[in-house]
Amino acid sequence: MTRTWFGLPASPGALLGGLLIGVLLLAAGLGMVWTPYDPLAIDFRARLQPPGPEHWLGTDEFGRDVFSRALAGASTSVSISLFTVAAATVAGMLIGLAAGYLRGWTDRIVVSITDALLAFPGILLALGLLAVLGANKYGIILALALAYTPSVVRVVRSNVFSLRETGFVEASRVMGNGELFTMARHVLPNCIAPVTVLATGMFGWVLLSESALSFLGLGVPPPAPTWGNMLAASRPYMSQAPWLGIYPGLCIALTLLGINLLGDAVRDRLDPRMRRI
Amino acid sequence: MLRFALTRIALAVPTLLIVAVSVFLLIRLIPGDPALLMLGDMADPHSLADFRRSHGLDQPLPVQFALWLGNLAAGDLGRSITTGQEVLPLIFDRFLVSATIVVVAVALASLVAVPAGMLAAWRQNSLTDLAVVAGATLLLSVPSFWLGLLLLLLFGMKLGWLPVVGYVPFGQDFGAALAYIVLPVATLVLVEVGVIARMARASTLEVLRLDYVTHARAKGLSELAVMGRHVFWNAFAPTWTLIGLILGNLLGGIAVVETVFTIPGLGRLLVDAIFARDYPVIQGCLLFIAGVYIVVNLVVDLLYPVFDPRVTA
Amino acid sequence: MTTGTDDALLSIEDLRLEAGLGRVIAENVAFAVRPGEIVAVVGESGSGKTMVARAVLGLLPPPVVATAGRIVFEGRDLRTLPGSAMRRVRGARIGMVFQEPMTSLNPALTIGRQLDEGLRLHTSLRSAERRERIVAMLGRIGIDDPDRCLAAYPHEFSGGMRQRIMLASVMLLKPALLVADEPTTALDALVQRDVLELMVELTRENGTSVLLISHDLSMVARYADRVVVMYRGRIVEQGATDAILLSPRHDYTRKLLEALPRRGRARAVPTAEGAVIEVRNLTVDYPGRAGLFRKGRPKRAVDGVSLSVLPGETVAVVGGSGSGKTTLGRAIIGLIRPSGGEILFRGRSVMGGGGSREYRHGCQIVFQDPYSSLDPRMQVGAIVAEPLRLVPDLSAAERAERVRRVLSDVGLDADYADRFPHQLSGGQRQRVAIARAIVRRPAFVVADEPVSALDMTVQKQILRLFGDLQERYGFACLFISHDLAAVEQVADRVLVMKDGRIVEAGSRDDVFDRPQHPYTRRLLSAIPTLEPLPEGGFRLSVRHGQEALSAVS
Repeated sequence: MTRTWFGLPASPGALLGGLLIGVLLLAAGLGMVWTPYDPLAIDFRARLQPPGPEHWLGTDEFGRDVFSRALAGASTSVSISLFTVAAATVAGMLIGLAAGYLRGWTDRIVVSITDALLAFPGILLALGLLAVLGANKYGIILALALAYTPSVVRVVRSNVFSLRETGFVEASRVMGNGELFTMARHVLPNCIAPVTVLATGMFGWVLLSESALSFLGLGVPPPAPTWGNMLAASRPYMSQAPWLGIYPGLCIALTLLGINLLGDAVRDRLDPRMRRI
Repeated sequence: MLRFALTRIALAVPTLLIVAVSVFLLIRLIPGDPALLMLGDMADPHSLADFRRSHGLDQPLPVQFALWLGNLAAGDLGRSITTGQEVLPLIFDRFLVSATIVVVAVALASLVAVPAGMLAAWRQNSLTDLAVVAGATLLLSVPSFWLGLLLLLLFGMKLGWLPVVGYVPFGQDFGAALAYIVLPVATLVLVEVGVIARMARASTLEVLRLDYVTHARAKGLSELAVMGRHVFWNAFAPTWTLIGLILGNLLGGIAVVETVFTIPGLGRLLVDAIFARDYPVIQGCLLFIAGVYIVVNLVVDLLYPVFDPRVTA
Repeated sequence: MTTGTDDALLSIEDLRLEAGLGRVIAENVAFAVRPGEIVAVVGESGSGKTMVARAVLGLLPPPVVATAGRIVFEGRDLRTLPGSAMRRVRGARIGMVFQEPMTSLNPALTIGRQLDEGLRLHTSLRSAERRERIVAMLGRIGIDDPDRCLAAYPHEFSGGMRQRIMLASVMLLKPALLVADEPTTALDALVQRDVLELMVELTRENGTSVLLISHDLSMVARYADRVVVMYRGRIVEQGATDAILLSPRHDYTRKLLEALPRRGRARAVPTAEGAVIEVRNLTVDYPGRAGLFRKGRPKRAVDGVSLSVLPGETVAVVGGSGSGKTTLGRAIIGLIRPSGGEILFRGRSVMGGGGSREYRHGCQIVFQDPYSSLDPRMQVGAIVAEPLRLVPDLSAAERAERVRRVLSDVGLDADYADRFPHQLSGGQRQRVAIARAIVRRPAFVVADEPVSALDMTVQKQILRLFGDLQERYGFACLFISHDLAAVEQVADRVLVMKDGRIVEAGSRDDVFDRPQHPYTRRLLSAIPTLEPLPEGGFRLSVRHGQEALSAVS
């Protein structure tokens, strides 16, 4: 089996996933510094133009270039998702490690709170938090990070607890290593793999949640473009200008496909339980 | 068995309680006078004073919580600021709409996805398997609101086979009701088929490796009997839990599909309430949906021993 | 090499098994099983013995396939038999029993349904007749209340009981051949013998031949008429059991036979010095599983145990599963907090933190499972160097030198230092675990079943290594094991544990030659031993056989 430079087995699915995510990251980077047109520039003479050589993906109801807006939307969605995943992962790991290290009452409190937060299905918790925080970029990051942290806590905590039972952690204790050293040297590094698997999948869920919130009008407020609010704005023009809805949705779908394929590859690689099958 | 059930039910109580605390605190986090928030800017001073007294707003937070919980237990979630309707009946009406769509969709999705996933696992690495895995991964990646719009565009606008937007209750006109829910249900079925099929495939693969499956084959049983009697019940148990989670998650995320098809469901009620800053409705929706989610998972857990008798031990 | 004969029930001819693209699992496999005969296929992991057994039933796990040869059973080649005809052979003519009692019965179906299944499929008996037969069979295998058993689920039974039920389910159909794949490996020595004996009785009553797959030569030698020895996918030797034992021809067979642990010479242990470890009246309780509607009752795992270990001495603790021996070792090493009693290291109590630093540095442990006892993310060199971190005044160069030397002492080249645990075999991992335990020159090492997870020939190497290291490094050892043969080889003194208490203690020769407690006698009789004969062969002997057999009811 051929291997790519970062050691993942190069299955066709993993390659396609990597390609899609590579294109996404490029587009997001590009969207930050340059777009063919100003994504916010209104031009009423060029309203609702179908895709063509001048406007690759057509124009919207205000004559704005859809391709430029999709690029700008990519950088918004990707940056929000990355910040959210980073925040949830770091917070989740800290809390999960603390619960697994301190045990006792700390652990019981952490478990009760994560259980309760996980009892809000799907994006419901984010919706509730947005009602309080208000719909803007930082509100979304905070709301989504709070909504996704409990799953990280749960995974880290259960890993810490099962690692504590393994021979090498017990051997470290018998050696006379302190609990903190043992956590840092043996427990934490062995939590990285499952957290990476989780974080990869989470990037997809967060991006989908962000798009859904934007679609509902609770995300980044217009006129700033995101794939979700572009889709929402396309609804009245669905029959005259279907490209307005098709392309932003396609962007989301291809991104999720890339993440799912890449996530499967990462999991097969890092999760020994799944590797056996 | 009874002990298992009682333990499981008792475990749900603290979760419900903490959910109630979180929702209570969430509203208290908003800067401003809770009485004004809950009754709206138009409220007259008399009813404001009334509200402050009945909710003990001059009392310490724990007392406020106790009073609030008392009102909750009596089914009093307040009145909508925008329409003045009582919150609980309002939520209940909208819930029936959402629940119909979600339950029908998840049932149909499971009926398709579980056999497909099992078939793929049974023929692991075959073309069938590849097709199921690829199809499931593709469907998994399509956002429901986009798929809904595409279906709407194709079947509603281009072909004109189905009504574009709206909802008719089943009690009113069965045929029309059916026509209106076909597209939203189809959207959700397509989105969830991928998740369920992947899960069913993975858990079937786990079971197929076990000795008792080989033992069943070594007895001379046909493949149909092996898969049906020995593999299905054990492989379905984790999928069953997933289906419960999906039921609840859909209820929390159905707002997007209801928005696409303009269906007056619970999700839309919540989103509209957030726009209108209608806090009694927001609070009621959060509590109600989380409560339903907890109850659905409880029921799923209580039925779990049907597939795996070990858990009651 | 004589193979398939006319009177054979099963004859395998030139069988070749491959996995995927030409990876050979087994080749040129040829042997026969005659009616009423018990034939044992013996080999270590990777010998291909299990795959050969599965091939007989046509149940090879993908991607393994049979690519050549014939499997002739009752005159028909099973390899060419169509699926439906093969299904009529499976269960009805050839039954199979698996190794793992925890996964070989379907957890979601009642015992009754699983027993009924085969009868309904292969016989035309009516429901009441089938039930009658099942109840009779359950009574035969020693189930007290057959009616309750029919409605019960597998998880309600112990491992030994499940294996009996498995046997019952297979023997109900009176097959002509029983394929038993390591049927007792996962069980305790005592239970192991009971189940095997039941298997032999049941198959004899029905005239069923047995193809017994095992890694344990001394165990199968007791029951098998003929033995087939496999090594790396090939048969290296086959013949009548006695002939193989008396005059093994192939080197590998001899190696297997010599790998069986044997009593080492009695060592003189100085008694003048004080004990390294002394345990007084130690008690360990596990908190009971408290539920919301039941009160947890603490379970007493170790109950008032006293022992002492002298410098350089090996004290073995033997007992079945649940005897508390592992808990005892973990409590002594400080991994579990005892609920009562006292532990002294070099005469000083270690319970209240007094002298605990010296104790931490002076006591180490080697675990049973070499797969989970090494951190998968660390290289061997770093794993072995880690304990030296806490040794004061050790330069980096000295540390590297110590690691290099201890690795060579456990028989690993210097280039192993850069490898990760998953790149090592089970035996190599256990060597690394031993190196990690002794690198700091401890005075006392707890070895918790250090060889149980390994192949026989590897076990022998590790046990010998352990003895050598003990001589060189001079540590005392508490050797915890269920394997009496291994204990006989390494122990100076033996403690027998049962239900958390020590029921017998004495020097190794006393305990093995003059056992006092009935439980010790039962344990000893459960393991057959192969005695080397002066002329080079081996003889099977069973200790305290008759009296012990009557003690088992």
